[in-house]
Amino acid sequence: MSKMISSKDGIVLPSASNVPNVSRRKFLSYAGAAASLAMVAVACDKDDDDNNSSAGVNLGSGDVGILNYAYALEQLEAAFYERVVSSFYTGVTSLEREYLTDIRNHEVGHREFFKAAITAAAPTMIIPALEVNFTSIDFTSRASVLGTAKAFEDLGVTAYNGAGQLISTTGNGPTYLTLAGKIVSVEARHAALIAELLQEGSFSNTTNASGLDMARTPAQVLNIAAPFITTRINASNLPS
Amino acid sequence: MNLQNIFSEIEKVDPEVYDRFDTRRKAMKQFANLSGKLALAAVPMAVASMFSKAYGQTPADVNGVLNFALTLEELEAQFYVNIVGSAGFLTGSTTVRNALTKIKDDEVAHVALLRTVLGGAAVAKPNFDFSGGNGTGTGPFAGYLASLDTQLAMAQTFEDTGVRAYKGQATNLQSNRVALTTALQIHSVEARHAAYIRQLRRTRSAAIPAGQTLKPWITLNQTGIDFGATANAAIQLSYNGEEVTSQANVNIVNLGGSFNDAVAASAGFDETLTRTQVETIVDIFIVP
Repeated sequence: MSKMISSKDGIVLPSASNVPNVSRRKFLSYAGAAASLAMVAVACDKDDDDNNSSAGVNLGSGDVGILNYAYALEQLEAAFYERVVSSFYTGVTSLEREYLTDIRNHEVGHREFFKAAITAAAPTMIIPALEVNFTSIDFTSRASVLGTAKAFEDLGVTAYNGAGQLISTTGNGPTYLTLAGKIVSVEARHAALIAELLQEGSFSNTTNASGLDMARTPAQVLNIAAPFITTRINASNLPS
Repeated sequence: MNLQNIFSEIEKVDPEVYDRFDTRRKAMKQFANLSGKLALAAVPMAVASMFSKAYGQTPADVNGVLNFALTLEELEAQFYVNIVGSAGFLTGSTTVRNALTKIKDDEVAHVALLRTVLGGAAVAKPNFDFSGGNGTGTGPFAGYLASLDTQLAMAQTFEDTGVRAYKGQATNLQSNRVALTTALQIHSVEARHAAYIRQLRRTRSAAIPAGQTLKPWITLNQTGIDFGATANAAIQLSYNGEEVTSQANVNIVNLGGSFNDAVAASAGFDETLTRTQVETIVDIFIVP
């Protein structure tokens, strides 16, 4: 299963290695959807090369660029959970409803926090609302919804872990780093809970031999998220 | 942990690591000369020295933070080593026993990683008193080895405290990108552990205060733990300050929808603890 990689740069999809014990059929029902979407994204790239009509939304540079990057990911997560909570999957339990509603609230809070914070810090540089693409997700299916949720949460954790070192050491940089820290641990709590709902005991199966979660670069993260975001995102000016 | 593993770990967070070493020829040459002569036991020290040279800075502050983290990890690792196999632990289901064993393995790995990075600069492992009696062995958690629910309450507190401790030190590691990223990669794993323990404690419904609903995330400054007045007062220190509902002057309550009440607004953001606050919290578990 760990060989499930996107065709663009060999990034392992976070969902691929984290649900080792679900039935193959169930696994394919959501992991497979993500993989096929990665291929759709490649096809879309070709289309865009042909018409070359849009440079996409530019995240910008410096700390504001990193804030926009986080805002983009929180937009994706919040939109997903808003959809999940608006009509729960078949067979949802009351405890699952409670937890998924809580997570929706947290993610909407994160999204709106970034919107307010970026607007206050750099009103001309905030990215617009992104258009999302959830056509690959079967919102009536528990396996599809929770599998996608786990993939998003795990991706979010690796994104924040990788972005911390890109935040500046001066000005508001340290404040932003602490804020990112306040959010990433909540994303990790979400990830662990969703993992438990999918497969008991899988709360930290994302760790390597040193007991570490992964860290990913913005380019790696955005490539994995691309199938779920219709709006093209230009991250080329982000710090590295 | 061998050297190659360390470098491949570093490369994941710092793709230019080899270039850094390469361009700083002096460090590289020195290391090459040393590594041929050093006994295996001295290699971690040489690695630590190479780190500071490659990244061009005095590691004193960073080492201080890493040693602080090491002591916390030693506390956690020893705790889980003690409980795995204990009478209380053995009352748990296979799933629970496997989960606690996985957490133990993660914490032991964190200790090993930090010790390797710190090398000769690593502080000694303290002696612990998991009764919470500051060395007397008669603290409020004295019976922990016999009770799974006591073990889980302690585990929750240690993990939630660890999350806040790492978060509070992030800005002190900014001068060293590798150290910062590694700390963040540990930080999120501690949060995963905390969430697991919390949801498990909810299903067991033991030692949860009346009127509190225990969640995988921290609601207001609620501990979700009732172990008698002495223990409760100690545990409360790990949760004070979590109740804030405003971040960077932005009020999170009702932001983006009326469903974001104070509970959700506080739970959506974890908070920091200072080093002094953490040291006060863990003091009762350390033999003076």
